[in-house]
Amino acid sequence: MSDKPKKKPLVKLKRPMPEQDPHARVGNFNEVALGYAAEDAIAEAGRCLHCKDAPCKQGCPVEVDIPEFISEIIEGRFDEAADVIRLKNNLPAICGRVCPQESQCEKFCLMGKKFEPVAIGRLERFVADYALEKEQSEESPVKSADGQGRRVAVVGSGPAGLTCAADLARMGYQVTIFEALHKPGGVLVYGIPEFRLPKQVVQAEIEYVQSLGVEIKVNMVIGKTLSVDELLGEFEFDAVFIGTGAGAPRFMCIPGENLNGVYSANEFLTRANLMKAYLFPEYATPIRVGRRVAVVGAGNVALDAARTALRLGAESVSIVYRRSREEMPARLEEFLHAEEEGIEFNFLRNPVRIIGDDRGWVTGMECIRMTLGEPDDSGRCSPVCVEESNFEMKVDTVVIAIGQSPNPLVGRTTPGLEIGRRGTIVANEETGQTSREGVFAGGDIVTGAATVILAMGAGKKAARTIDAHLKEG
Amino acid sequence: MLYPIVVKRTLAPGVRLYEIRAPLVARKAQPGQFVIIRVNETGERIPLTIADFDREFGMITMVVQEIGFTTKTLAKMEVGDDLLDFIGPLGNPSKLPDSGTVVCIGGGVGCAPLYPQVRALGEKGVNVITIVGARSAENLILTRELGRYSKELHITTDDGSEGRKGFVSDVLKELIEKGTPIDEVIAIGPMIMMKVVSGVTKQYAIPTVISLNSLMVDGTGMCGSCRVTVGGVTKFACVDGPEFDAHQIDFDEQMKRSAVYRDQEAKALERLNCGCRNGH
Repeated sequence: MSDKPKKKPLVKLKRPMPEQDPHARVGNFNEVALGYAAEDAIAEAGRCLHCKDAPCKQGCPVEVDIPEFISEIIEGRFDEAADVIRLKNNLPAICGRVCPQESQCEKFCLMGKKFEPVAIGRLERFVADYALEKEQSEESPVKSADGQGRRVAVVGSGPAGLTCAADLARMGYQVTIFEALHKPGGVLVYGIPEFRLPKQVVQAEIEYVQSLGVEIKVNMVIGKTLSVDELLGEFEFDAVFIGTGAGAPRFMCIPGENLNGVYSANEFLTRANLMKAYLFPEYATPIRVGRRVAVVGAGNVALDAARTALRLGAESVSIVYRRSREEMPARLEEFLHAEEEGIEFNFLRNPVRIIGDDRGWVTGMECIRMTLGEPDDSGRCSPVCVEESNFEMKVDTVVIAIGQSPNPLVGRTTPGLEIGRRGTIVANEETGQTSREGVFAGGDIVTGAATVILAMGAGKKAARTIDAHLKEG
Repeated sequence: MLYPIVVKRTLAPGVRLYEIRAPLVARKAQPGQFVIIRVNETGERIPLTIADFDREFGMITMVVQEIGFTTKTLAKMEVGDDLLDFIGPLGNPSKLPDSGTVVCIGGGVGCAPLYPQVRALGEKGVNVITIVGARSAENLILTRELGRYSKELHITTDDGSEGRKGFVSDVLKELIEKGTPIDEVIAIGPMIMMKVVSGVTKQYAIPTVISLNSLMVDGTGMCGSCRVTVGGVTKFACVDGPEFDAHQIDFDEQMKRSAVYRDQEAKALERLNCGCRNGH
């Protein structure tokens, strides 16, 4: 531990992070936020008040020792700062970019009570990027030996699976991840666009997890190619962790939803991100973006789809959301980025019908105006239709981004695995234990669609339970 | 892990049979299911119906018509070359009856996915009447193999160059009108053929199953690209199908949906043909 740094004058605002100019960035898929330089990071870290009880820590689902790594940054010891983070977080370069820090660590930062909180996320990103850049030459981290050669199968290579696998590998277990797609990363590669989370960063983080000894098998659809029972049986795994996420798209069930030009956000983003359709025809996967695009929904996925459409050459992109700006689930930062880029926001509007021509192509979308009524179960005001307020938007592409459900493949093919009302796998949220002995689950498959960091937290807790379970057995 | 091409054989102009070594897929494969392949790093993921499988040698057979960029790229690959990705078996296995009379109808390259069903039915002792159709004699495939497991084999060609001149639906109508007791019809082929067959059997209330070869990305229920209206409800061909009750399908919608990327496909093919891209 270093001595407490000397008192410095209070800097009220976060140090800004350089960004690509909005006019330039809508023409490319490069990352929007460019990250701190070392002097930015040291200056921002200097804003930390070093509170004795460190309230920021309670906001972190993976329990990173935030004050400790900030202290290391102040001293310019970036490698040590990275070690502090990695002790708890296996994917810091990802978390530094996509975590909703404003509702987690930064929410509890004392600076934030009067001024802006310390930019913990930006600092995490800086340290993680610094470490990834340096890391190429370094040897694999040391593993402890108490896993005794026990084998754990992890289903899904998204945030939950990667975290669970990495933690178990550190404990000395032999871990194999089974991924259904041809590339590991789950939502980090198929869902979140390049301009928000460069795939090179994801790749580097996955390589780090592999360097811990985790084996990743792609093209393995658990529930089809192999079943959970086969993993535990003839493939001789001692435990299985299921982190298959919320990958099934929801539709609105309104007329015209199967017209050509209507996409689920999942399909639209998967074509663009995983399949690199933005490089068509160099990459063979096509995507069709018309001139006028409507995106239904206002979560982070909706904003990702809207900003992707703009970069793919759409002339205008509108978000259509049935509630108002205040209820919008997207992160504020993403909303501001989207607005800067020229995305139009149509609040209190809801589609009732998608209109097509006789060849089956979208030509418009009929919407109805909404007003806010009483708060519902989620605490958000429930929207109510304004009678006879229908109007038509002239659009030729519609992207439906109203949420994702858990993928049912594993549940349907695993006898004795209890499934919840909304298709989630029933698991203890503290331990990840499911209704099946030796089978654990965590992340969106248990909670329904949530955030990267909550899935990572669940993966971490499950790793601990699996360790305890296997030591007992 | 890569997936080598072990056998490559031309069945008809622009139609080739491939046997791919993929032991884990072969281990589970059943009639009616499909695989997703990606030929190379820049490749598209496309679904292909399983035409046969050999569990012992870990082989999957696919019959591919060269119509798009990916299938034409595949055609340039040779025995010993590897497919980069091979995922499956996906979709639900066919639910085949154990007895009675089943009319199996294959149109063009649709005869390939029909074959394992005909064989399974024949081996179960079901009375199989097979009708195959193609544009011309040279486009007929697998007739000998289909005939081996069928009590009757009827061949039609559009131009009359082999079998009778006309369509598979003509033969089906005759069979029905002759009073042949038919318990079920299975039809796999071009959308328009399946639509016409479905129209015929609907009149006589004969249960009919068709198999969709929709556009897909992941094939596991993630993207929704393969949406199909079945009985007024949206289903996904990848996880709910690919086989459906023909009488419930909105064929017109499916035909329109299959044309979504026609312009892009033309652009991609132009690139392939002009030689500025090595197809391998």
